Amino acid sequence: MAVEVILPKVDMDMATGRISSWHVEEGATVKKGDLLFEIETDKAAMEIDSPAAGIVRNITGKEGVDIAVGEVVAWIYEEGEAVADAPASAPAEAVAEEPAKAEALAPVEAAAPVAPAAEVTASSAGVRASPLARRLAKEAGLDLAAISGSGPKGRIVKADVEAAAKDGGAKSAEAAPSAAPAAQPAMSDDQVMKLFEEGSYELIPHDSMRKTIARRLVEAKSTVPHFYLTLDCEIDALLALRKQLNEAAPKVKTEDGEKPAYKLSVNDMVIKAHAKALAMVPEANVSWTESAMVKHKHADVGVAVSIPGGLITPIIRRADEKTLSAISNEMKDLAARARSRKLKAEEYQGGNTAVSNLGMFGIKDFAAVINPPHATILAVGAGEQRPVVKDGEVKVATVMSVTLSTDHRAVDGALGAELLAAFKKVIENPMAMLV
Amino acid sequence: MSATAKKGAAKKDGANQPFIYRHYDQEKLRDALRKMYLIRQFEEGAEESYMRGLIHGTMHLSIGQEASAVGICLGLSDEDQITSTHRGHGHCIAKGADVSRMFAEFFGKTTGYCRGRGGSMHIADVSTGNLGANGIVGGGLPIAVGAALTAKKMKTGNVVVCFFGDGANNEGAFHEALNMAAIWKLPVIFVCENNGYGMSTSVARATAVPNIADRASAYAMPGVIVDGNVVSDVAEAMHDATERARNGEGPTLIECKTYRYRGHSKSDRNRYRTKEEIEEWMTERDPIEAFESQLMEFGVIDQNGIEEIRESVRKEIEAGIEFAKESPMPEVANLEKYVYTEQA
Amino acid sequence: MDAQVETATRELSYAQAIQEAMAIAMERDERVFLMGEDIGVYGGAFQVTGDLVERFGTDRVMDTPISELGGAGVAVGAAVTGMRPIFEFQFSDFATLAMEQIVNQAAKMRYMLGGAVSVPVVMRFPAGSGTGAAAQHSQSLEAWLGHVPGLKVIQPATPHDAKGMLLAAIEDPDPVMIYEHKLLYKMKGEVPEGYYTVPIGKAEVRREGADLTIVATSIMVHKSLDAAKQLAEEGIDVEVIDLRTIRPMDRQTIIESVCKTSRLMCVYEGVKTLGVGAEISAMIAESEAFDYLDAPVVRLGGAETPIPYNPELEKATVPQVDGIVKAARDLVTGAR
Repeated sequence: MAVEVILPKVDMDMATGRISSWHVEEGATVKKGDLLFEIETDKAAMEIDSPAAGIVRNITGKEGVDIAVGEVVAWIYEEGEAVADAPASAPAEAVAEEPAKAEALAPVEAAAPVAPAAEVTASSAGVRASPLARRLAKEAGLDLAAISGSGPKGRIVKADVEAAAKDGGAKSAEAAPSAAPAAQPAMSDDQVMKLFEEGSYELIPHDSMRKTIARRLVEAKSTVPHFYLTLDCEIDALLALRKQLNEAAPKVKTEDGEKPAYKLSVNDMVIKAHAKALAMVPEANVSWTESAMVKHKHADVGVAVSIPGGLITPIIRRADEKTLSAISNEMKDLAARARSRKLKAEEYQGGNTAVSNLGMFGIKDFAAVINPPHATILAVGAGEQRPVVKDGEVKVATVMSVTLSTDHRAVDGALGAELLAAFKKVIENPMAMLV
Repeated sequence: MSATAKKGAAKKDGANQPFIYRHYDQEKLRDALRKMYLIRQFEEGAEESYMRGLIHGTMHLSIGQEASAVGICLGLSDEDQITSTHRGHGHCIAKGADVSRMFAEFFGKTTGYCRGRGGSMHIADVSTGNLGANGIVGGGLPIAVGAALTAKKMKTGNVVVCFFGDGANNEGAFHEALNMAAIWKLPVIFVCENNGYGMSTSVARATAVPNIADRASAYAMPGVIVDGNVVSDVAEAMHDATERARNGEGPTLIECKTYRYRGHSKSDRNRYRTKEEIEEWMTERDPIEAFESQLMEFGVIDQNGIEEIRESVRKEIEAGIEFAKESPMPEVANLEKYVYTEQA
Repeated sequence: MDAQVETATRELSYAQAIQEAMAIAMERDERVFLMGEDIGVYGGAFQVTGDLVERFGTDRVMDTPISELGGAGVAVGAAVTGMRPIFEFQFSDFATLAMEQIVNQAAKMRYMLGGAVSVPVVMRFPAGSGTGAAAQHSQSLEAWLGHVPGLKVIQPATPHDAKGMLLAAIEDPDPVMIYEHKLLYKMKGEVPEGYYTVPIGKAEVRREGADLTIVATSIMVHKSLDAAKQLAEEGIDVEVIDLRTIRPMDRQTIIESVCKTSRLMCVYEGVKTLGVGAEISAMIAESEAFDYLDAPVVRLGGAETPIPYNPELEKATVPQVDGIVKAARDLVTGAR
């Protein structure tokens, strides 16, 4: 039997993907696990391996076009198997029928193991629930499949969802992000285009990253109540410590010759300070869900990295526990792979908070948009010499302004202020980062 | 109680000239001829536009029946009202409508009389008293009686003309309408344009009485048969009926015997009548040719005058088609407009 | 209530309220007149016109021949030329004879003529079962006319609304069809004196409740209110909406109510299939209220049969209070 190759869902909120390049040609012999093609998803490039050994046939997935998740893009035939045995349409039909079948046999047996997306929809589609119960469960991030129904023929009704929410159970895997309602654009495309003279512009189609950025930011800004706190930090001590540490870095041998084992940036120290502050104020290290507050045990800090055509936020996991040199080296690696779009999904999904630094552009102060499920994001401005008044005297100090955006549902003003004060304390007494 | 209208023995002068020469001035008669040309050329223009694909749907042409439309409407004012039929272009023009706006309607444009919502089958010009053509055979009969009831109640002194075809006389609405008009003595004149065929079925095959006018006796009103291709005969019968109506004596049924040259609608293959029959009506009994020669005989117009009118009508038709072509289409956004009266 | 000028009220029957509305309209506007079969000295088959002919004369209270098609058409023609006729069908069933004029002419004339005319005709349709008149004199065919753009179709349920909505209908520039349930004619209720109108196209919440929305029409409003009273004793709190107008339908009132109660039941006398309830149910399924439904939508309508003569069979043909109570209880307690 021929095995289908589908465009797999490799990213949480991925509906379509593009094949950026095929690594095999029609008729090629492949082993199971051989690289077949690369996908450009919303955020990264992803390599897809062959699900079986055999001959690659019927490559229908074209490079550079949007393909729906789950769509068949090629077939792997057994050696000597007649191509006519598996016309592209027949298995495709079987796939289309799947949700209906799943509905009839309540517990789900996803036929296509490579299509987790189909599993998720089928699991809630097969459940008997009133429209109201469905809506309430979705809003609460509850998985209907895990709720038992008290209505006729086991139908889940409002009361069942309310009871489940009270118990705090039935959390859905894909809860919060997809619950955000689609925002309506303020102006239609036509309305916008009418404002510009014909020929005075060129149109650049959105790539998937641009679309994702737009969608996620609209979602974030329209569903998360943002609240902002700004503070100035003196960083002369931090700069001095950085210099001292970098000068003391041992040399290691690499392919390009001898190099220092690390080279700390101010940003690395900001990441560490922020993680440390979160550890000091654990009430602020949280994520909001409709049913409960998610209180994190570690500080996973996302760091906004600007890359050609957009930005991405790779995550330094457990930054509170890592040394400055470890953070620094991990950051360099993540940033490099982000620029070549080689990050894995798990390297940029999740996280508890984020840091966005525009200091290198001389930006003095700005406010950043929270990236759910984070409850905070720290926007870092440039360190610059400013006059400061101390004990009635004007002195010069290197000052860096930072602005903390908080999700007010999860982190109130005073709590945010406490977090930011902790950050200032660490940044201005940088030796604390070393212990 | 049907009676055939007296045919005036044609003498150039003297009291027994045909009715219209005694009753209307020469300018009015030349205008009547012009209206007949206008109807004929309008329908020929519409037919051509239809064939060129500029008009969609279908249409029912009254070419050959112009004397009936013009003769009936000759003595009416804009305040007198008519209800018309699916074969209603002639009635509309005879009553005074502007052919430009009629063409625009046929082209489905906003400048049309019905803003492109009605088309040929619902052509109307309320400003000249035309309450509209009707897609339902017999649909206009009760409505005309209702309009006449208004005239009587409001004492306007106006009359209402109800055009219908020979097919409609077998609809229940015909009988109900004539009965009510008679019992209430309403100022309505029922004008049956009997062109011999209800679509493909001849009058002889569809109607139990030989003449539609014979039906009038069942409703105690005069039934008058006229040659529907002779303007003066039609106008004279209409004049008598109008007098009766205005005097409160009630309705009259006039049957104009006439003929349509074209098929029932654009899909007609003319299988129910012979070429010879059509040929004979066209060559021997054409209402426009007959009226032209009569007008010349009585010195109302000469060949030059006729040419002049024909030419001016040609220009009016051309301009009308041009106007229709250039007029704007309705906006789809306004699709639901005019379903209900817009509330202020 | 939405009456504009309410003064003193007194008790009148539904039929008297209609008669009073027609009398007031004829006094206020000389263009208003009545047409119908045996509405003169006979007083109308249900004594709705009563002795109006004595007050207004035969010119304004006109007996027509038994010519429903012609009569309706005459009313249309009079309306389009400036009068304000009120045409009474002796039984709503007889309107089938006049469908041509109602559906092809009255409803479409304004549209066909691109807005050049309007057709301010009012037609009254005594409808419904319960009188032992059997299959051809007992139907509720209001959904037929509710299907036709260009018409407005109303079903007042109380004497107060019968008068106020009829006065609104007479002033309306478009054709208004009034379905009057024959069993309501003798029902009494408080009716304000003098002139007032009740708007067409607005439903009325007759009883507020939290557990279930019943949308009912005409006589079913009263049966639903009786049912709601019984259900209240069981602790089931029913909201009853009197739809009043089936075209144009007051969607918002129903949607808001369903969003509140999460359950919907439609109760109407017309045959259940393809009727008013189908429209309400589908409208709710298409609306934002869908996501508030916690139970299936239920329709209680007339049986799929002509109205029979035998009184027991006749009763079984249309929804009754007991049936409404049971269906509502099942719906709220989760039995269906």
